[in-house]
Amino acid sequence: MITLTEAATERVQRFLANRGKGVGLRLGVKTTGCSGMAYTLEFVDQLEDTDTVFDANGVKVVLDPKSLVYLDGTELDYTREGLNEGFKFSNPNEKARCGCGESFTV
Amino acid sequence: MALLQISEPGMATIPHQRRLAAGIDLGTTNSLIATVRSGEVVTLADEQGRHLLPSVVYFKADAEPLVGDAAKAHQLTDPLNTIASVKRLMGRGQQDTMQTLAGHLPFKLAVTDSAVPRIQTSAGTVMAHEVAAEILLELKERAEVALGGELSGVVITVPAYFDDAQRQATRDAATLAGLNVYRLLNEPTAAAVAYGLDQQAEGVIAVYDLGGGTFDISILRLEKGVFEVLATGGDSALGGDDFDHAIAEYLLQAAELSTSDNPRLLREALVVARASKEQLSTANEITVQLGEWSGLLTRTQLDGLIAPLVQKTLQACRRVVRDANLAKGDIQQVVLVGGSTRVPLVRSQVADFFQTEPLCSLDPDRVVALGAALQADVLAGNKPDAEMLLLDVIPLSLGLETMGGLVEKIIDRNTTIPVSRAQEFTTFKDGQTSMSIHVLQGERDTVEHCRSLARFVLRGIPPMVAGAARIRVTFQVDADGLLSVSAQELTSGAKSSIEVKPSYGLSDREIMTILQDSVTSVQEDIAARRVREQQVEAERVLEAIDSALKNDGDQLLDHEEKMTILAAREQLAAVRQSTDPQAIEMAIKHLEQAAAFYVERRMNHSIRKAMAGHTVDEFRG
Repeated sequence: MITLTEAATERVQRFLANRGKGVGLRLGVKTTGCSGMAYTLEFVDQLEDTDTVFDANGVKVVLDPKSLVYLDGTELDYTREGLNEGFKFSNPNEKARCGCGESFTV
Repeated sequence: MALLQISEPGMATIPHQRRLAAGIDLGTTNSLIATVRSGEVVTLADEQGRHLLPSVVYFKADAEPLVGDAAKAHQLTDPLNTIASVKRLMGRGQQDTMQTLAGHLPFKLAVTDSAVPRIQTSAGTVMAHEVAAEILLELKERAEVALGGELSGVVITVPAYFDDAQRQATRDAATLAGLNVYRLLNEPTAAAVAYGLDQQAEGVIAVYDLGGGTFDISILRLEKGVFEVLATGGDSALGGDDFDHAIAEYLLQAAELSTSDNPRLLREALVVARASKEQLSTANEITVQLGEWSGLLTRTQLDGLIAPLVQKTLQACRRVVRDANLAKGDIQQVVLVGGSTRVPLVRSQVADFFQTEPLCSLDPDRVVALGAALQADVLAGNKPDAEMLLLDVIPLSLGLETMGGLVEKIIDRNTTIPVSRAQEFTTFKDGQTSMSIHVLQGERDTVEHCRSLARFVLRGIPPMVAGAARIRVTFQVDADGLLSVSAQELTSGAKSSIEVKPSYGLSDREIMTILQDSVTSVQEDIAARRVREQQVEAERVLEAIDSALKNDGDQLLDHEEKMTILAAREQLAAVRQSTDPQAIEMAIKHLEQAAAFYVERRMNHSIRKAMAGHTVDEFRG
């Protein structure tokens, strides 16, 4: 199960509308970075057979099987930190994070 | 944790490899920086939420320069150290600046013997690109805070009429600010890109840019994803500020106030005028207060005050359409740029003039920066299949001088850049050890009718007979239109090169003239080329016969034979510089006939020499 906060929902819907195409939002993990894993966010134009699709406030959230293992239970938020703004993962599986905050371990 | 943005499918990158890109509109009055975030293009604000950064830098001895609103605050108290409108100075030569701009600049130029004008400030003298670098640095820092990382590259916009020196100065400013420039983009092109016009197959687009102090009109042609600037025009001293002045004068008259002994009143009147103008963009009538006076101002009155100024812009539009050899009806789309295009009269007059509803859904102050950001995003590699690869073309052919003062074109005009082309040349004389490379720009066939860009010499060619050396000349034009030329002798590897940077720019008007000349002079050029070719051929034949005679003339010819050949040689020598190509051609034929038996004899002689000691059978295949 993946959930989106209200702010995140509103943003994803706006970005998808701006883009003019795409069926949803793909959450994923990539093995890399100083602490092993990194989160990724992409628009989805095409679903794969192995994908799991969640409905979060009307937004289609898409995960491949491997990413689902690491991300199940995650809440996605959209926040502003000073001048910077963007999406933030709250992942209960996450144990440690590297200093740069871009990668994590489970 | 780091905040994430949504990438295109398959384009999410691993940490520390994200390619943050931005577009910068480095303007005369204001500058902006924009980026693409989660597929959405936005301009970036500072901590106070201000997007526009006034292009003003304040210099003070022993202190860091101030940029933007902080600098603007010093404009009245310390005008000579508060540098505004520096864009007008970018890439201009000292003499050029002194002649055309002196007295119009709000700051002092230092008198030096350097080629680049220097501005006198209490922190020492600064050059225009150094001032621009301060503005770029401020925008860079803003973007890096807002994006949470270092910028991998930027696209900076420049006016379409900027020549190479001005473009180079802009690049130099970026280098000083520590920015990697993906490319410079023409402002009107950026505006068209912001509206997605580059996605259509083809079209002719007018970009009407009315800012605070300048007016630019550009006609672009889009063909197969390539924007070509057909013509530009405008008025470098006409803009929204002039609207304010016209309104202020009217208000002062209505209020029966005089500013002659009260300069502060004029400033106040201008502020009120500006606010009234902005309100009347949406309201039909407003109440205006100036000092003790208060009265009504309607949009109709406003229109009457600014109509002559708007008319002036339309005259420039008419001229530029004519320069582009088009009719008004050929313009399919019109894009509005610059804050002053918010004025309803401007919009309606432009629509009437071009007979089409102008595009104005994007903020006219930001549209150029937005287009630049879209382009930067593509160049950074954040789009899956480079959906948009905006290309520019070179406006005039590039070539080099060959024997006889003729121009051999290496890269034809309208070739998309970046481009690299190579061609092989050879030596003209026996034992020639160096070659002069003369780089030219233009459409004509003769050197004197083209523009000389650079000269350099390739040395160290090993002595060989004429025509044996292989010299590869490579022309390379980068994405900004800057040319580098290199020459290499392939058997020895001897190499030489040159970079053509500033001072090779031409105004669009000059380019137009050059193009028109080349069309009207086709016949003349063909004739000139024929004459030159025959002259060169005559030289080559004379050179060859002299060399042969010196070598073995006495050995292979008797006195009479030699005299016959020499007589024909003299005939050719007499007409070698003639302007009648037929006369030269005849003389060449005559000499060739007269020397035919000699040539044959030489051939046999050298074959005999080569075969000496061998049997004929050995040569049968």
